[in-house]
Amino acid sequence: MYNFEYKKAGSVDEAAGIVGADDEAKLLAGGMTYIPTLKQRLAAPTTVVDIGGIGGLDGIAVDGNGVTIGAMARHAAVAASTDVAAAIPALADLASHIGDPQVRNRGTLGGSVANNDPAADYPAALVGLGATVQTNKRTIAADEFFTGLFETALGQDEVVTSVSFPRAGKAAYMKFPNPASRYAIVGVFAAQAADGVRVAVTGAGPCVFRVGEMEAALAANWSADSVANIKVSADGMNEDIHASAEYRAHLVTVMAKRAVAKAG
Amino acid sequence: MTVSVSLTVNGEAVSADVESRTLLVQMLRENLGLTGTHVGCDTSQCGACVVHVNGDSVKACTLLAVQAEGADIKTIEGVADGDTLHPMQQAFHENHGLQCGFCTPGMIMSALDLVKNNPAPSEKEIREWLEGNLCRCTGYHNIVKSIDAGAAAMRG
Repeated sequence: MYNFEYKKAGSVDEAAGIVGADDEAKLLAGGMTYIPTLKQRLAAPTTVVDIGGIGGLDGIAVDGNGVTIGAMARHAAVAASTDVAAAIPALADLASHIGDPQVRNRGTLGGSVANNDPAADYPAALVGLGATVQTNKRTIAADEFFTGLFETALGQDEVVTSVSFPRAGKAAYMKFPNPASRYAIVGVFAAQAADGVRVAVTGAGPCVFRVGEMEAALAANWSADSVANIKVSADGMNEDIHASAEYRAHLVTVMAKRAVAKAG
Repeated sequence: MTVSVSLTVNGEAVSADVESRTLLVQMLRENLGLTGTHVGCDTSQCGACVVHVNGDSVKACTLLAVQAEGADIKTIEGVADGDTLHPMQQAFHENHGLQCGFCTPGMIMSALDLVKNNPAPSEKEIREWLEGNLCRCTGYHNIVKSIDAGAAAMRG
């Protein structure tokens, strides 16, 4: 790891000010992806701004519309929250399968969405439920938030403060995990979301995406059979030692079927 | 950049001047001489470096020492009561829960975090909890038996 200057931010404004003034400064939340990135020397920030200690950013609040989760809420806290489990059980279930227990004890919702790893689980929940991301400056719909491989709509001096997930009807997430890291080789979040049926896919492509054909089929008839014969193209899918593009494309259909079946 | 990091480790206040980039596991091993916490994969997958930070199990290879400033840390060295093994350690001993022993400190720290929240875990729950701890010797079977026995001994 290259060395850097470490600053512990006391507030969101302070953190935004530091990264806003220095393009090479970077925010650090739980660090479950960023510290491995630093260790591999894939990043060389001038300053690492630790936002993990900012108070009031890890709350979980439920109201009639849905669940709002603070950006620094740990995956373990979301997984264990009886409020989340009661309001949107698929969301608590997704959080309970991120990484392993030690990763869930450190990793945060805000860190996961801001990093937008193509194999992360949370982007599927945000897009699959039609969530909105709250930053220190504005509100961003999930559909507009994730823009590409490790890319988001966030500006340099923008900090995610919370995510609001609307309540859904039937919903579930199924993933085919990498057996070592538990990252999604392919993960599908299928939901009767507040604004209609959504099918969001993570792991398969460079960035989370929706499958319109599956959404239309499920809107007409919510059953695993509805998506069983809908194939997605392997063009542009991720390819690595764990799975070819063709295999990932195949898994999208399989995981979609399983997600719908799991949702009931 | 050098920073001063103060921690409570196994009940004792300690501090060291380290680089910003120093990992918690490096500080524990190299600055404090607590070499019971191991570095296995160094990529947050194997769990040989698991310690408790403010009561929760975490991978010390994926945490900067400075991130833990002010935290209460427990390592494998803080588990036994003097020369008397902790019931979880004793259970690993009695059930042949280790062969080479490299993964054992992480296994035990992870198991103690499981039992904290789930005093009577099922075999399935133990196996799922160990997703973040790799063992290359035992095939896990005796580790699972050890944790089951250790949890039972802790329940008394």
